[in-house]
Amino acid sequence: MTDISMTSAQSQSQTGKIVLRWLLYIALGLFALFYLMPLFVMITTSLKSLDEIRTGDLIALPREVTFDAWRTAWSGACTGIQCEGVRPYFWNSILIAIPAVAISTLLGAMNGYVVAHWRFRGANIIFSLMLFGCFIPFQVVLLPMARTLGIMGIAGTIPGLIFVHVIYGLGFTTLFFRNYYVTIPSELTKAAKVDGAGFFRIFWSIFLPLSLPIIVVTVIWQFTQIWNDFLFGVSFSQAGTQPVTVALNNIVNSTTGVKEYNVDMAAAIIAALPTLFVYVVAGKYFIRGLTAGSVKG
Amino acid sequence: MTKWLEENTPKLVLAPSFIAVLIFVYGFIAWTAWVSFTRSRLLPRYDIEGLIQYERLFASPRWDTALNNLFVFGILFILIAMVLGLILAILLDQNIRTEGAIRTIYLYPMALSMIVTGTAWKWILNPGLGIEAMVRGWGFESFTFDWLVNPNMAIYTVVIAAIWQSSGFVMALFLAGLRSVDGEIIKAAQVDGIPTWRIYTAIIIPSMAPIFLSAFIVLSHLAIKSFDLVIALTGGGPGYATDLPATYMYAMAFSRGDIGQAASSAMIMMMVVFAIVVPYLYSELRSKDD
Repeated sequence: MTDISMTSAQSQSQTGKIVLRWLLYIALGLFALFYLMPLFVMITTSLKSLDEIRTGDLIALPREVTFDAWRTAWSGACTGIQCEGVRPYFWNSILIAIPAVAISTLLGAMNGYVVAHWRFRGANIIFSLMLFGCFIPFQVVLLPMARTLGIMGIAGTIPGLIFVHVIYGLGFTTLFFRNYYVTIPSELTKAAKVDGAGFFRIFWSIFLPLSLPIIVVTVIWQFTQIWNDFLFGVSFSQAGTQPVTVALNNIVNSTTGVKEYNVDMAAAIIAALPTLFVYVVAGKYFIRGLTAGSVKG
Repeated sequence: MTKWLEENTPKLVLAPSFIAVLIFVYGFIAWTAWVSFTRSRLLPRYDIEGLIQYERLFASPRWDTALNNLFVFGILFILIAMVLGLILAILLDQNIRTEGAIRTIYLYPMALSMIVTGTAWKWILNPGLGIEAMVRGWGFESFTFDWLVNPNMAIYTVVIAAIWQSSGFVMALFLAGLRSVDGEIIKAAQVDGIPTWRIYTAIIIPSMAPIFLSAFIVLSHLAIKSFDLVIALTGGGPGYATDLPATYMYAMAFSRGDIGQAASSAMIMMMVVFAIVVPYLYSELRSKDD
């Protein structure tokens, strides 16, 4: 008798567990829909014709797939007066991001190496001051930077934007490398010094070969930050040198002509593709950068 | 000479970056602070006049709206993103077979530019062809969802889009925190027959206090700096209804040509950030030195 009641209670808790498990998966699935819905709507809208958008349903699949919007977004959409699509601005973003990422990563590696292994009096204070710089709202430097770029003769140019991104990226890149290099035992540096290796030799033959993971994290972090930047792009560029985020915003908010939602969506996806690609390919490093950048120290 | 060079190489390597930070961070902050005490309008002036810009700022209804919006937006955004992030992390922590794929889906918005996020949500939320039109098309003729163009509700659309963008990231932080809790303690609690929800509320969540703190710091930092999202989603409108301090500062600096107002609003933003971040950084650096 007791045996039977036991098993029924057990099977009851078994079914309870299965029901809970189902509820759990349903909840997770609904949240996944919430996160995927905008991307889905963007893609389907970009593949519809304007007529279909006006008469159809927001979440309906396109009845007739057309890539016209993509073509227009890439090479014909108007950002104000010019109608060249996002293509020239996409290249601008690449021209800005590649040197800015390379320079800020290299400087960050050298700085991190000094702060972690060649401490001198005041090195800690310098590091703290650089770290604080990561937190300032950039609004506080916009006005003087605009004037300084003018004085330097690089206002509204791509080198000007590269310069700005390098300067305000230094804090983070230094932090990333410093935190990575402190985990390398200082005995290694000491032994190398005894063997007569100098500052650069040790960096080149000991530290750099060990640095691949942190270089990947830093490059991804910097690339995402710079590619997605809007504030510096909109403040320090002029017609012709704008990055893709600024061009996208101009296309979406341009008031001339018919509102082409499909073109807006195609342009938005094009602007998002590089960072999405990086995320899909190297998600692990992307997350590591995010958490390292937030849980500082 | 070579000996001196050899001894001072580390300093020489660090020097350019340090000088750059001194000038372009601290020097620039000082410049902005100085100008915020002057009568600067279209061009900067350098004779100190006291708090005149701050008086103008706090007398401006537009700044008043911007500050109010920051409070509404900041509190809702931080609170909901943290709660949602925690719930997602706990759900994902139950030995889910497809965890990797689900995590990727929850977190991908973080890789997007706020401009892209704003563009997408602007389309979804526009009353004419977005969600409102869709639900009406299903037969609910009187359904209204016009927050995007309703001055009283527009700020909540910014909250929705910001949560969509950032909650997956909070989940990732919390998930890492849940995984770092000592497994032995949890096992012991399970052996004692303590129900799972009690294990979470009494053991796991309290031990994650530092993670709550860093999530809070990151989110509040994001909230105060929010600029792109508002520009792309609402353009600060309708009217000034969704202005935030960051968009106010930008408008003053680059379209109104009012440098004094731009400088003083930027200084207020910095003070808000520092009020939150400095105690945190200080305690972090202190505990590192110990």
